[in-house]
Amino acid sequence: MIASKSLYPASDVSLRTLPISRQQFLVGAAAMAAAAFAGAPAAATSAQGTDIHPVEIAPGVFVATGAHGVYAPANGGDISNKGFIIGDTAVAVVDTGGTARVGLELLRAIRALTDRPVGYVINTHMHPDHVLGNAAFRGEGVQFVGHHKLAAALSARAERYLSYNRDALGAEAFESTEIVLPTQPIETVTTIDLGGRQLRLEPHRTAHTDNDLTIRDSKTDVAFLGDLIFAGHVPTLDGSIRGWLTVLGEMGAKPARKIVPGHGPAAMDWQPAATPVIRYLDAVASDVRQAIKAGRTMRETIATAAQSERGAWELFDEFHGRNVSAAFAELEWE
Amino acid sequence: MSRSIPTMNTLKRIGAAALVAGLMAVANAVPSVADEDDLWPGLRKELYGAKPILEADGAVTLDAPYRADDAAVVPITLRIPASIGARAKSLSLIIEKNPMPLAATFTFGPAAGNGEHVISTRVRIDMYSNVRAVLETDDGALHMDTKFVKAAGGCSAPALKDAAEALAGLGKMKLRTLETNQTPLTQEAQVMIRHPNYSGMQMNQVTGLYIPAKYVESMEVRRGDEIVFTMTGGISLSENPNIRFTYAAAGDNTLSVVAKDTDGKTFTTRQAGSGS
Ligand SMILES: [Zn+2]
Repeated sequence: MIASKSLYPASDVSLRTLPISRQQFLVGAAAMAAAAFAGAPAAATSAQGTDIHPVEIAPGVFVATGAHGVYAPANGGDISNKGFIIGDTAVAVVDTGGTARVGLELLRAIRALTDRPVGYVINTHMHPDHVLGNAAFRGEGVQFVGHHKLAAALSARAERYLSYNRDALGAEAFESTEIVLPTQPIETVTTIDLGGRQLRLEPHRTAHTDNDLTIRDSKTDVAFLGDLIFAGHVPTLDGSIRGWLTVLGEMGAKPARKIVPGHGPAAMDWQPAATPVIRYLDAVASDVRQAIKAGRTMRETIATAAQSERGAWELFDEFHGRNVSAAFAELEWE
Repeated sequence: MSRSIPTMNTLKRIGAAALVAGLMAVANAVPSVADEDDLWPGLRKELYGAKPILEADGAVTLDAPYRADDAAVVPITLRIPASIGARAKSLSLIIEKNPMPLAATFTFGPAAGNGEHVISTRVRIDMYSNVRAVLETDDGALHMDTKFVKAAGGCSAPALKDAAEALAGLGKMKLRTLETNQTPLTQEAQVMIRHPNYSGMQMNQVTGLYIPAKYVESMEVRRGDEIVFTMTGGISLSENPNIRFTYAAAGDNTLSVVAKDTDGKTFTTRQAGSGS
């Protein structure tokens, strides 16, 4: 049934993918030996909230959700959705979590299901909670795939992403976490073949960030939309509010059968997923435009815009003010 | 040209800043209010010598968020009440713990008028810091208001959310009059310039090297022929420098702006004023 040769024999995972200390390797090895990670000793990651439990949302398509929060010891940096798609000849990983440990847990979860090689690690965009697990997948024959602007955007932020989040999590939980840039930049719609199924990769105009890439599986018509869709977790704007609304508008014309948000449940239907995000972004954009027209300051606008959305989202206080600030700085040039 | 910023001392700090930006970011993430390595006495001496400074006497007030939503774009408003307006000479905005603490100095001209003076702008804040407004009145006296702002990483943040678009528009300006803060004595307007205002602490995305500082270093705003204010600015002003200001209404309300950056590029715009 599962035929192809494994690039990473399960027993060899830690050694081959992470430049880690002998001590940590032993901890990793212990966890591997225990097979079921829940039973691993306290020193292993299970105590730090980085257990990965992928669910199969469609044949061969798996998603593991993350906690809704910012980097904190309680969540171990596992705060975004990540998934993988198993083809006849290769596995493609879509986002790798917020630390090398989360990435390693994801790789273990993959190894528990298949020994086919990981051929592609695809990042939906530059944010640290989606890309900092990449180091766990480094190895011969693995292509790192991202929007053609991902490398520049991530490089510019690399130092901050590493230092801030290491400080938030602690050095141990962050160990071996490194920036791994794409080896395969995507500039136009591109198809990759996993054997028996193709993935259609589409780079978008500036929306959530200036490097959003979506992935659509030909076999199941599941689309990984990265942070173009948030569910539960308030959307965060680090690109262009106008671009984001445009992209969602275009996407709605031909939505996938199931979509995977960057934050939220493992799988959703397009309509219930997109409607709240569009409503939120519309509310921010229209209130900010009105404030600019009335000559109000950014400060006044941050305190008042789209407050009607407050009850609808988690982490509203953490991100909403920043979203309004970003939307204001963008829209006052209209 | 009177006093130009940066001072020697701060220039040295900029150089060092590029080298230690990474380290600073680490230190920033666990900022401690208690750990008050007080930079103010040294800075105060450097900027104002032994001159006394009247604190919180109401001659100037500074409004800033206690916790910034975006450390690279922290909105600040400075107000000088109408009772002091006629005597306002210059107003400096200081972000104590930034590598280049003197963010901007505004020197008022006759067209700033005799009413309330209000100036709003946006700044980068690199670590939890006191932010200070220092007003010099025509008698040479100094007046100060101070607010503490929790924000970190503003100087090294690539605030350019869409790098390509931001650079493409460099030098584009917008000048508009506003209906706000209008009194019989004052009008309000806003000037915006598309400019990355590189701090010298941001990483070049292609080369992996720090982008040299390059910023709008001066601006002159006139109503008709008369100066409203001149500004000297530095790397602490946010990208796309954005300044709202009040001015006195007069017969000729045409506003004009001339700005220069550290490359010697000049940016100009003008707009016929509203009202009479
Ligand atoms: Zn994101």
